[in-house]
Amino acid sequence: MKLDTSGFETSMPTIGFGSSNDMLDGFTTVPSFDLPRTTDFDGFQKEAVQMVKPAKGTTTLAFIFKEGVMVAADSRASMGGYISSQSVKKIIEINPYMLGTMAGGAADCQFWHRNLGIKCRLHELANKRRISVSGASKLLANMLYSYRGMGLSVGTMIAGWDETGPGLYYVDNEGGRLKGDRFSVGSGSPYAYGVLDSGYKFDMSVEEASELARRSIYHATFRDGASGGVASVYHVGPNGWKKLSGDDVGELHYHYYPVPPETAEQVMEEAAAE
Amino acid sequence: MECVFGLVGEGFAIVAADTSAVHSILLHKNNEDKIMLLDSHKLVAASGEPGDRVQFTEYVQKNVSLYKFRNGIPLTTAAAANFTRGELATALRKNPYSVNILMAGYDNESGASLYYIDYIATLHKVDKGAFGYGSYFSLSTMDRHYRPDMSVEEAIELVDKCILEIRSRLVVAPPNFVIKIVDKDGARDYAWRQSVQDVTTAAV
Repeated sequence: MKLDTSGFETSMPTIGFGSSNDMLDGFTTVPSFDLPRTTDFDGFQKEAVQMVKPAKGTTTLAFIFKEGVMVAADSRASMGGYISSQSVKKIIEINPYMLGTMAGGAADCQFWHRNLGIKCRLHELANKRRISVSGASKLLANMLYSYRGMGLSVGTMIAGWDETGPGLYYVDNEGGRLKGDRFSVGSGSPYAYGVLDSGYKFDMSVEEASELARRSIYHATFRDGASGGVASVYHVGPNGWKKLSGDDVGELHYHYYPVPPETAEQVMEEAAAE
Repeated sequence: MECVFGLVGEGFAIVAADTSAVHSILLHKNNEDKIMLLDSHKLVAASGEPGDRVQFTEYVQKNVSLYKFRNGIPLTTAAAANFTRGELATALRKNPYSVNILMAGYDNESGASLYYIDYIATLHKVDKGAFGYGSYFSLSTMDRHYRPDMSVEEAIELVDKCILEIRSRLVVAPPNFVIKIVDKDGARDYAWRQSVQDVTTAAV
């Protein structure tokens, strides 16, 4: 919508009084500018910022325990109320001993994790030793910090095993970086925390830990509409990561809460033939 | 909401900060140390946006170290505080940092001092200061009970009074606090005040 600026235009030349002057011929119109084509002139910019505001519809979690790091995620991608995919890989393999989880914009997470993988490999080649989880997460946090305010949407956890043992860091698009033992990220994370916190013990076996991770993801997908699909569970040990399981959460539901075969209270009998 | 406060006593300065890392309604971590050692005799307690807090305080810390390496002597607390304020001011109208800082330090010539630096580059040398929602409760408590010649024990009693007041009156009160002290022997951890202990993981 272009505002009517005809009032600004004048047929009179700006300089001189009607005398035709070659030098001044190009100066008759007052400069005008294009206005944004919108009905809401004052608010459209805010809308643009809100559009890129991160809305992380997912559930991912990771925790450190005696045997290493357990990483788990769902696999649903949603656009508002529409489920665009039930099979998104949200656990990204940065290198054979480090994993990253995806929450937020899929493209952002995939690109920046790939970029991080490149930087980690360059570090290895330059220093003849593997980069630590702390170093890798700091590289990512610094990169994301330099883009703060520009609409990146990344809520990721970097999990790995380095010389100091298992490491877990949470990094987000605001440039925040937290070191911790247990994290869950995404719209389903409060639900996952509820199950994870109450069932967590440091001294768990790999089977117990993977069951806890799977259960937490399942409960989050049950309550959160933006999470669902397949619950993938990975384990990071001293020799690198290994995918343990990938179970459809619908099937997990009936596995955890089987429907007992109903005994009919009343049976409808066939009407006696007349 | 993040609570940071501090006060100066007889030959020492104490700062306390909450230790929760919050993301909307979620508490991601309740033992996040927000008080950084700037150098051997300086502490910086910072509150603000997560990325800015860490990045800006680390930037100041590296620059303070650089000065020491280049010139052979460390910066005074006043100089470090003025440098910090200058950086915040320069960035303010282009790419502002949302960080509030309480800088505590000990210099042999001038004793212990505390500097209040807020996110719009205000700088004040103060006896006691506080940031965050907790400041509404801790400032008046400190005003009432503070004396310039307090001993460490009396100062810690006052800090505990403030923590108790914050815990009992602030609706989203942080569960845990860390207290650090700086005096002629240097800057160091003093104590943690934890009401919610995380499930203990073995020291890895």
